[in-house]
Amino acid sequence: MIRSAVETAAAVRAGRLLAVDVVEQSLAAIAAGDGDLNAFNLVTADAARADARAIDEAVAAGRDPGPLAGVPIALKDNLCTRGIPTTCSSRILEGWLPPYDATVVTTLRAAGAISVGKTNLDEFAMGSSTENSAFGPTRNPHDHTRVPGGSSGGSAAAVGAGFVPLSLGSDTGGSIRQPASLCGVVGVKPSYGLVSRYGLVAFASSLDQIGPFAGSVADAALLLEVIAGHDPLDSTSIPDPVRPISTHLNDGVAGLRIGMVEEFMGDGIASDVRARVHAAAEALAAAGAEIGEASVPAAAYGLDAYYVIAPAEASSNLARYDAVRFGLRVDAATTPEMYDLTRTAGFGDEVKRRIMLGTYALSAGYYDAYYGTAQKVRSLIRRDFDLAYEKFDLLLSPASPTTAFAFGDKTSDPLTMYLNDVCTIPTNLAGHPAMSVPFGVGDDGLPIGVQLLGPMMSEPTMFRAAAVLEAGLEGSAGRAVAS
Amino acid sequence: MPERISAAEVASVARLARLTLTDAELETFTTQLGDILEHASQMAALDLSGVEPMGHPYGLVNVMRDDVVAAVVDRDEVLGSAPAAEAGMFRVPPVLGEQP
Amino acid sequence: MSELPNGWTMVIGLEVHTELLTSTKLFSGAPNHFGGEPNRHIDPTSLGLPGSLPVLNRTAVEMAIRIGLALNSTIQRSVFARKNYFYPDMPKDYQISQYELPIDLGGWLDLPSGERIGITRAHLEEDTGKSSHMGSGGGRIHDAEYTLIDYNRAGVPLLEIVSEPDLRTSAQARAYVSELRSILIAVGASDGKMEEGSMRADVNVSVRQGEDAPFGTRCEIKNVNSIRSLSRAIEYEARRQIDLLEAGERIRQETRHWNEDEGRTITLRSKEEATDYRYFPEPDLVELDPDPVWIEEIRAALPPLPAARRLALAAAAGCTAELSALVVERGLDPLVLAAVEAGGDPGRLVTHAVNNLADAGPDAVTASAFAQLSRLEADGQLTATQAKTVLAEMLSSGDGASEIAARLGYEAMAGGELESLADQLIADHPDDWATFCAGEQKVLGFFVGQAMKRTGGKADGKALSALLMARRG
Repeated sequence: MIRSAVETAAAVRAGRLLAVDVVEQSLAAIAAGDGDLNAFNLVTADAARADARAIDEAVAAGRDPGPLAGVPIALKDNLCTRGIPTTCSSRILEGWLPPYDATVVTTLRAAGAISVGKTNLDEFAMGSSTENSAFGPTRNPHDHTRVPGGSSGGSAAAVGAGFVPLSLGSDTGGSIRQPASLCGVVGVKPSYGLVSRYGLVAFASSLDQIGPFAGSVADAALLLEVIAGHDPLDSTSIPDPVRPISTHLNDGVAGLRIGMVEEFMGDGIASDVRARVHAAAEALAAAGAEIGEASVPAAAYGLDAYYVIAPAEASSNLARYDAVRFGLRVDAATTPEMYDLTRTAGFGDEVKRRIMLGTYALSAGYYDAYYGTAQKVRSLIRRDFDLAYEKFDLLLSPASPTTAFAFGDKTSDPLTMYLNDVCTIPTNLAGHPAMSVPFGVGDDGLPIGVQLLGPMMSEPTMFRAAAVLEAGLEGSAGRAVAS
Repeated sequence: MPERISAAEVASVARLARLTLTDAELETFTTQLGDILEHASQMAALDLSGVEPMGHPYGLVNVMRDDVVAAVVDRDEVLGSAPAAEAGMFRVPPVLGEQP
Repeated sequence: MSELPNGWTMVIGLEVHTELLTSTKLFSGAPNHFGGEPNRHIDPTSLGLPGSLPVLNRTAVEMAIRIGLALNSTIQRSVFARKNYFYPDMPKDYQISQYELPIDLGGWLDLPSGERIGITRAHLEEDTGKSSHMGSGGGRIHDAEYTLIDYNRAGVPLLEIVSEPDLRTSAQARAYVSELRSILIAVGASDGKMEEGSMRADVNVSVRQGEDAPFGTRCEIKNVNSIRSLSRAIEYEARRQIDLLEAGERIRQETRHWNEDEGRTITLRSKEEATDYRYFPEPDLVELDPDPVWIEEIRAALPPLPAARRLALAAAAGCTAELSALVVERGLDPLVLAAVEAGGDPGRLVTHAVNNLADAGPDAVTASAFAQLSRLEADGQLTATQAKTVLAEMLSSGDGASEIAARLGYEAMAGGELESLADQLIADHPDDWATFCAGEQKVLGFFVGQAMKRTGGKADGKALSALLMARRG
C-alpha cells in the first residue's frame, strides 16, 4: 500500500521524508508494473528526480515547498506540459512538444507536486474504455483482461495500481468518474469553471473539466483545493473564491437530504451495481442523512443531447489539426491535399466518427434540428436538476452501469459504448459537480463506485458524504495494488 | 426530425472535415452515424417551446481583460515543433484559391 | 465619372473592415503591432495551439462601442460565434466572430453632401495571419511553389461595418468610405491606413433600370485597396453587368477580385456554392452585455465627429459647407476656431487653412499668431499675397506676423498713397483708361499689374480695383 498524498506531503514538509525517496519508490512501481498495464504514454523519470531534489533542497533551506510537497502525480496526456510530449494518445500529435504549460501544471509545480509522467487515454478523450488510444489500451489493475474505463483510463489505473497516490484526468461525459469506478479509486468532476481549462487540449469546450483521481477522499480533496480557482486565461473560469473542502471533510451528513436518482437506476444498470448504490444509501442514512427518491426527468435525454453537442464542439476544436503549425504532416503537392492525407492518417475511427457527426449537426439545414435542439434539451436537464436540488442537498447514483468489461466487449457498435456514460453525462450537461467513490465490489469481485452529485460549487458538501461512504466501507475493497 | 443520414451526406461532411473515407468506411460510418442520429432524434419528443439554449452554468457574463501586453511564446521553440519552417515563418505547400 | 447608359442605375453596399488601435490582440495579450519580424507577436492563443483559450480585450469592446455610438447604432447584448473553414492563415481553422447578435445594430452615416446612408450592423472579429506565396509566380497565389505564413496579424481586433445598400453612385461610395474613415480616426479607433491594410473595403454592386426597379443580382468585389480603386472598381463592375444584361445574359451571384493593374474584376468563386460556415456560439467565451453606465461614459467621452465639426466651423466662420469640409478633413478646424475666438478674421483664416496650410499640422502655428496675421490683412496692413508669404515664414521660423512683416519690409500703404497711385496710372495710360471706362473690365488686371510693379508688390490689388471702379463710375 503506498503512502497517501496527505501523509507524504506532511512528512516531506516536516523533513521526515525525502522527496527523492518517494519519487524513487513511485518510479520503481511503474517500472515493475506498467509494462503490463500500459497506464503511461511517457514516464519522465529524470525530470521527476530533479524536481524531487529541488523540493528537498527547499525544505532543507527552510523555504515552504508547497502543500503537495514531494507527492508524485501522473498527468493525463491531454494536459500541455512544456517541452514534454503531449500526444492525446493520437498519431496526429505524436511527439508534439507544447511551448507552454497548462495552468494546472504550473499550479501543481508551485505546490511542490512531482509529475512522474503522462498517462494514456482514449484518443482526444473520446471513449469509455481507453481502447481508442493510438498507442494501445491500458489494462485494469484489478483484472488485466478488462478495461480500466475511459477516457482517463491511464490516470485511473496509475492510482488504482498504486504507482502514484494522485493523478489528473479530464471529464467531458464521465471520463473521470467512470474509470474511477472501474478501477476502485476516487474520481471527481468539479463544477464547470472551478478548475482552469487553459492548457487542456479541448474536446468539448462547454463540457470539459480537469479533475483529480486519488486513493482516498482526503487526498482527492487536497488535490482539488490546489488546482481549483480563478484563472484569467480561461474566460469560463469562475471568479468566486474556492470554498474549503479538506477542513470540512469530517462534518458528517446529519440532516443532509440525499436523493437516489430514479432515471439512473433503471434496467440498463447491472443488478450488483444497483445493490451497491442501495447499500451506499443505507450507509448514509445510518450516518444521519435523509434518503429519498429523486427524479431528473430530462436526464433520460442526456445521451441524445450529449452525442450532438460534444461531437459538434469537437468537430470545430479538432479542425486545428491541419499539419500547418504542429503535429503530424503527411506531405502533399497542395495544402488541401495535405489536410486530407494528414487528418485521414492521423485520426482514429472514433475521432473521425465524432468529427463527422458534429459537422453534420452544425451544418446548414440541420443546425436547428440537432445542435439547436440539443442546447435547449440541455437547459431542460439543468432545470430538472435545479428542481431536484430544491428538495435534496445531494443526489446519489451509480457511476457506471457495470463493473469493468472485457476488451473488445463493446467495440463493435458505438452506441453500446456510449451507454457506459448514461449516469455521468447529464451532470456535464448541467455543469454541476459529481464524484465517484469506491463502495465495494460486484459479483465478479471487481470494483464498483457510487456517484454523488451536487449543485454548482457544492464540493464541500459532496466530499462530506464521500468521507462517510469511505469510512463505512467494509474491508479493503477498491484499493488494489499492482500484482 | 430529419430523415436518416445518407451515404452522400456522410461523404459530404467527410469532405467538409477534410477526411477521406474508403468505400468500406463510408458504408460503415453511414450505418453508425445513422444509428446515433436516430437515437438522438428522440429529443424531438420534448416540448421545447420557450426554452432558451443553455448559457454558462454559473451565469458568467462580460468576462474581459485589460489591454496589456502579456508574455509571448518563443518563436524558435514554436517553429522547432513545426512540420516545416523557413525564414521565421511556417511553410506549407501551395494553397490554391483565395480563402473562403 | 460618367453617367451609366440607357437609364441604368447602380445599387451599392459596402463592408468595411477596420483594425482597431488596441495594444494587444482581440483574444489574447500578444502585441497588436504593425510590422516587425514575422511570428514575434504570437502566443498560444494567437497560434491556435491545442489547449489555448480566448479572453476578450476590454479596449477592443470600448472601441467597438465608440464606433457604434458615432454611427448612431444601438449597442446591444452580443454573442461571439465560430465561423468554421480551413485555411492556413486561420490558426484554429475557425474564426471567432459575431453572427446572429452583433455588438452594434443599425445606425446611419450622413454624407457631407447630405444623403443619409443606413448602417446594418457592425461586429467584432479576429483578423487572420498573412500568407506569402513564394516561387516564380511573382507573389500570386496561382503560380506559387509554396507558401509561408506569418501569424503576427492573427488575432488582431477587427470591426466589420456593413452598410445598407443605400449608395447609388461611385462618388457616394467614395464619400461614404472617406467619411467613415474620418469618423474612425476621430474616435481614435483606427488609423484608417488603407494602403497598410488597417482598413479594407469590400463592395457589393448590382444594377437596375431606373430608380424604383427591384434590386438586381449583386456581386461582391474584394481586393479594393484604396478609395481611388473603389471608384474604378465600381464603375467597371457596373458596366460589366450592364453589358451582360443588355446581351440577354444573367448575372451570376459571385465574389470577384479587383485587379488594379488590369483595371477589371475577375471571378474568384461563385457565391451560390457558398461555404457552409457552420456558425455556432463560441463555447469558450461568455455573453457580452455592456453595462449602460459604461456605454454612457463612452458616449460622454466621444470627441466631436466630423459632421458636427463641419457644422460648427461653418457657423463660427460663416463659410460655405465645401470650405468647411476641406478644413475639417485637414484637421485644422480646432485651430481656425481658436483663432476666431482670439479675434481673427474668419474669412481670411479659412482661406489660409484651405490654400496655405495643406501640409501643415494643426500645431504648426498658434491660434493667437494666426489670428494676428488675419487681422493685419483685414486692416489692410498686408495684402493677401504678402500674408501668404508671411504665413510661410511663420511656419518655418515660428516668429510672429508683425516681426516677419517688418523684416520683409512690408508696410501698409498710407491711405492717400493709393489715391495718388491711381492718379498716376490713369495719367500714364490714358488709352487703357479709356478702354476700361468703355466697359472692358479686363483692363483692371493690367492696372493692378502695373501698380504691383511700381510699388514692388506693396499695393493692395483689391483696394486699387475698387478705387478705379469707383472713379469710373
